[in-house]
Amino acid sequence: MLEWRRRREPSKAMLYLSPLIAIGLTMLTGMLVFGAIGYDGLRAVTAIFITPLIEPQRWADLGVKAAPLIMIALGLAIGFRANVWNIGAEGQYVMGAIAGTGVALLTHDMTGWWILPAMALAGILGGAAYAAVPALLKVRLQVSEILTSLMLTYVAVQFLYYLVRGPWKDPDGFNFPQTKMFSGSQTLPAVAEGSLVHVGVPLAILLALIAWFVLSKTVAGYAVRVVGRAPAAARHGGFDANRVTWAVLLTGGGLAGLAGLLEAAGPFGQLTPQFPVGYGFTAIIVAFLGRLSPVGIVFGALVLAVTYVGGEIAQSTVRLPSAATGMFQALLLFFLLATDVLVRWRLAWKARPAKVAP
Amino acid sequence: MTAAILVSIFMTLAAAATPILLAALGELVTEKAGVLNLGVEGMMLCGAVAGFAVAYSTGSVALGLIAATLAGVAAAMIFALLTLGLGSNQVATGLALTIFGIGASSLIGAGFVGRTITRLGPLFPADYAAHPWLRLVFGHDAIVYLSLALVLAVGLFLRRTRAGLILRAVGENADSAHAIGYRVLAIRTAATAFGGALAGLGGAYFSLALTPMWADRLTAGRGWIALALVVFAAWKPGRLLIGAYLFGAVATFELQAKAAGWSFVAPEVLAMTPYLATIVVLTMMSLGRRTGGRDAPACLGKPFPAQ
Amino acid sequence: MSTIITRRTLLAGAAATSVLPLTGARAQAPFGVGFVYVGPVGDHGWTWTHDQGRKAVEAAYGNKVKTSFIENVAEGPDAARAIRQLAQAGDKLIFTTSFGFMNPTIQVAKQFPKVFFEHATGYQRAENVATYNARFYEGRAVIGTIAGHMSKSGQAGYIASFPIPEVVMGINAFHLAAKKVNPNFKTKVIWASTWYDPAKEADAAKALIDQGCDIITQHTDSAAALQAAEQRGVYAFGQASDMKAFAPKAHLSAIVDDWSGYYVKRVKEAMDGSWKSGDVWGGIKDGMVKLAPYNDAVSPAARAAADELQKGIVSGTIHPFTGELKDQKGTLRLKAGETATDEVLSKMDWYVDGVQA
Repeated sequence: MLEWRRRREPSKAMLYLSPLIAIGLTMLTGMLVFGAIGYDGLRAVTAIFITPLIEPQRWADLGVKAAPLIMIALGLAIGFRANVWNIGAEGQYVMGAIAGTGVALLTHDMTGWWILPAMALAGILGGAAYAAVPALLKVRLQVSEILTSLMLTYVAVQFLYYLVRGPWKDPDGFNFPQTKMFSGSQTLPAVAEGSLVHVGVPLAILLALIAWFVLSKTVAGYAVRVVGRAPAAARHGGFDANRVTWAVLLTGGGLAGLAGLLEAAGPFGQLTPQFPVGYGFTAIIVAFLGRLSPVGIVFGALVLAVTYVGGEIAQSTVRLPSAATGMFQALLLFFLLATDVLVRWRLAWKARPAKVAP
Repeated sequence: MTAAILVSIFMTLAAAATPILLAALGELVTEKAGVLNLGVEGMMLCGAVAGFAVAYSTGSVALGLIAATLAGVAAAMIFALLTLGLGSNQVATGLALTIFGIGASSLIGAGFVGRTITRLGPLFPADYAAHPWLRLVFGHDAIVYLSLALVLAVGLFLRRTRAGLILRAVGENADSAHAIGYRVLAIRTAATAFGGALAGLGGAYFSLALTPMWADRLTAGRGWIALALVVFAAWKPGRLLIGAYLFGAVATFELQAKAAGWSFVAPEVLAMTPYLATIVVLTMMSLGRRTGGRDAPACLGKPFPAQ
Repeated sequence: MSTIITRRTLLAGAAATSVLPLTGARAQAPFGVGFVYVGPVGDHGWTWTHDQGRKAVEAAYGNKVKTSFIENVAEGPDAARAIRQLAQAGDKLIFTTSFGFMNPTIQVAKQFPKVFFEHATGYQRAENVATYNARFYEGRAVIGTIAGHMSKSGQAGYIASFPIPEVVMGINAFHLAAKKVNPNFKTKVIWASTWYDPAKEADAAKALIDQGCDIITQHTDSAAALQAAEQRGVYAFGQASDMKAFAPKAHLSAIVDDWSGYYVKRVKEAMDGSWKSGDVWGGIKDGMVKLAPYNDAVSPAARAAADELQKGIVSGTIHPFTGELKDQKGTLRLKAGETATDEVLSKMDWYVDGVQA
């Protein structure tokens, strides 16, 4: 008989293996489920998980889709490590885009190299300022940041609707609720002439490397981990939990805000009511998929990007409905969370009671 | 404005409040046991599609309601298996459950798009509600009465029964409850199942009573409002009732005012009101805590056993 | 089969502009036609009607064409990716069916000069990008005429999404036609600020009925308003498709979008090489806008007037927007006898007198 045994130490091997097991189980389950309801299960899974990786012309799409997820998930993971549960990154993402767009609309008739950095700064500050609300309420009044940050997301989205329908509506846009298109100086350059990949993509990877360095090699990173794992020990060690809370929420908000601005100034080129597509929530999945580690997050974001891009391929080739993409993402997270148990527990043969000699 | 219009407005208001009240009441019990399930929207959609599919196939709305309740429980059990059985993170699992519910309901419902059923009608015969004022009392469908009864029942259960006391103890201090010998995980699983049942029922109220049809994302975000409402109500069933009807009133009066030709605030401002109000209430509760105010269940969202 | 397709998608992507023969020299590769949808094909509204058009293309050309679609595509960068993916997969003609796909369509079209693109409801064109739209306002005028005849209270409720020209011209066309029948007609508009929220659409209908409207029409996507009308015993009209099943008594008629004729024609042109960019705005005459069969409840007078209006629109003797026309502020918009040009229509942001918006 098999039984669960608690490991003395969390398993390093399982930490890295379990996401792969989860992906494998997702593919297998997806193949069986969609096969059972009348689709070509094998082709569906191949189209979703394999085709985007082996078709070179899909790679740019993957990068563009993964970049905002990486940035937001980095900020979230830093917070999650410190036991701070910011789940309102979507709101901070939107607020960052709004702040940056504010700068863009003010500077619409100007040109200059400084405009884009100014927009990016506004994006960071906008996102951070919006994350400051749950930070303040958490530190001063012990109000749960889970609830406040989530509520604020809906407020931010409605604020965006108000702006694009009202004061920021493009006067030449046939009354459609959207802002003007950004000018050339306000649009993110591509990494190479004619490429779809904008500079936000390498920036996201750079930020992941910086986050890895800060978290694993600096005192600040150590403080985050100690406060998250052992609050009592942190107090003895002289780490101020409140300061850590402030720092991780502002960092998370700033990164989400930057991601929002880059998305607005890059692929979108304007603000529209369709701007919030749920990256802030998807990034939570990415953070977990990446085991809250910066390098893992880059891969986690890539996996999610693959499911989006592959989902579209599966639609046009296997006629898989778009709802299937969501199902695959949910299954992936379910399995990932389930296989997490392997890190702390292991399956072992139950020791048989020794036979008593007659 | 005649009495008939006032009554009609109230009927619309009650119908708008009921599904949110149901889902929020279920979530309240779940959260009281210390479990934060953010998958309300997903569970509502599972209930909505299962309810419609069964009601359409069998011709029985009652069977649809039962199926919806079971579908909600089934979705909640996925959550319970992961968070309570395997100790996974509740926030992430709840979000995954919502993504799952949106996708699964769309897949299941694909064959039912464009069809309709006879909606759930008033509980009492029409002559009970002949007079407009009597309609206020006798003109509702069974689910409206059920939701009101459940508010009372949950309130009494939590306040007056031993089982309710144990449930609250599990949410306030799981370790102590465990030490005294209560089965923390079993109690939390039951509370999560109850939350799923009511979310499923609330979802089915859309597909069987309000707008008898199935279409993707039929509940259009009401699950998140239900989550906000639990906090807004400070985890108290009575206040939940007030909050849900307040929400229904604001939404209904906005439309009535527009139909009458008054426009008073931007629609976006109204749409953000429930969320802003929730934050304000949370803040006020914390400020009032020193003077004996009550707060969220102390173990809300924390895994048991602690890791 | 599956290996062939995989190979085809792989290779066709690399050489997007040339159709590759699949097997053997004889076999003619089917002509790829792609569709990008904003909603799910199961919305029973806007996207569903476009998908009916896609099916008509398949029915017309059988295995000479291969259609594919991507649904639920968000307006923005995701749309560009979806369109590009279809082009890279070898589709030679791609229909993008939402206004918000305009910029992405133009952007992708530049990368694929040999692929033809058709963008619905937009105004930007290119050598290989055509635009098309339907004159829904003609259908609105017809149901407005029926409303004018059938309303006892002289008040109609109109549930609208956003005040874009498309929606505004629909409201005005409906109201002008109803007013021709009943000079005191009132049209009350509720802005739902959403294209889709069934419960809210139903509640909006109930609010309008409470305020004395006995005709409900909507420019939102679901059939919820019709169901509310049925429940309260007033009349209503279907939107985008025949919605009689949802409200057998209330449903007087519906504006039916029919893209199949246009899609079948354009696919043929693309196949035989005669495809050209342009702007097509088809109405009742072209069969792009149709009226669902009238309900038995529609009075003989209303039927006669509605049929006459349809005939007049088809023959060109009647234009729903004919002067003299003043807006609510009293500004003269059309001189006596003048008809609205397409330019005036596509920028409409004013309401005619009697509309409460």
